[in-house]
Amino acid sequence: MSQTDLYTLAGSTLFVIGLYGLMTRPHLLHKVLALNISSAGVFFVLVGIARRIPGTTPDPLPHAMVLTGIVVTVSSTAFALALAKRIFTETGTAALDASDVDVEEDAGG
Amino acid sequence: MGKVTPKSPLPIRIAALAICAGVGALLSRAVLAIPETESGLAPLVDANLEASGVKNAVTAVLLNFRGYDTLLEIAVLMLATIGVLSLSVTQKGTWDPIAAQADPVLSALARFLAPVMILVSGYLLWAGEHAPGGAFQAGSVVGAAGVLLALSGYARPAWISRFALRAAISVGFIVFIAVAIGEMIAGGLLLQYPADLAKTLMLLVETWLTVSIGAILVSLFIASASPAEELRMRSGGER
Repeated sequence: MSQTDLYTLAGSTLFVIGLYGLMTRPHLLHKVLALNISSAGVFFVLVGIARRIPGTTPDPLPHAMVLTGIVVTVSSTAFALALAKRIFTETGTAALDASDVDVEEDAGG
Repeated sequence: MGKVTPKSPLPIRIAALAICAGVGALLSRAVLAIPETESGLAPLVDANLEASGVKNAVTAVLLNFRGYDTLLEIAVLMLATIGVLSLSVTQKGTWDPIAAQADPVLSALARFLAPVMILVSGYLLWAGEHAPGGAFQAGSVVGAAGVLLALSGYARPAWISRFALRAAISVGFIVFIAVAIGEMIAGGLLLQYPADLAKTLMLLVETWLTVSIGAILVSLFIASASPAEELRMRSGGER
């Protein structure tokens, strides 16, 4: 197993951990954190891929993509936090209640 | 807040675990299947670096070869900021001090650090031409300076009006798209820099991007950090 494999596998694992958190955690703040863990996994994979051939200069293209990705993650996190805060203001809770998936109609009350 | 269910029910967690295991297995297969002998697009970037107008490969990719990505990126940032600003109920959440009582040591430190950070940001912007750096790094440092000032109790200075702040948020995108369209009018393609002007135009775009990114990051932070209890709470909505 090469160094690149280690990085890319670790990145995939991080992505999946984030995905699991996103699906199972009802609290919106947890979901935002899970999304961030997932994106960290994606960056890990990209940075790992950039250094796939030992001894050469890293591929600048994945690096540029990571830079773009970080910015998009920052803005989506900020927007998600603003939405979560607004939901808290309106409903008094920042969690989606995992037990009432069937009664979506009066979730606003 | 005390009634939050910390976890989903067991069947949902098992299903999620199964899905994640499947996705993880597929992802691992995919990343292991990437050949270690091919060098991707790096040779292509190297071969064209001379024509790009800058000496740093990452900057060349960001602003020239994949300028389209960067244009959309600043658009995403701007839209997210517009969304965040529209969602903050109190309209005062644009640049008011977050700490009511500023720590004198912190505020003195911030006074000392803020100009240094602006200087560092200028250096990063210029260094992006030939070394790691560029508009996004420079903009982050400007944003950090603004966040530091807000946290240490400095209010929005009077000379930065709300309109000026909004103008700063959008100027990067406007300049970028103006340059892109200008290149089309001049007979090229969208974001195809004329060879002799490439460096000047990229620096122009990057400078205004820095201003915008700094303003955007400060606005995002301050709009998100304004205290929630100020907002009108809807009470009695127990379900």
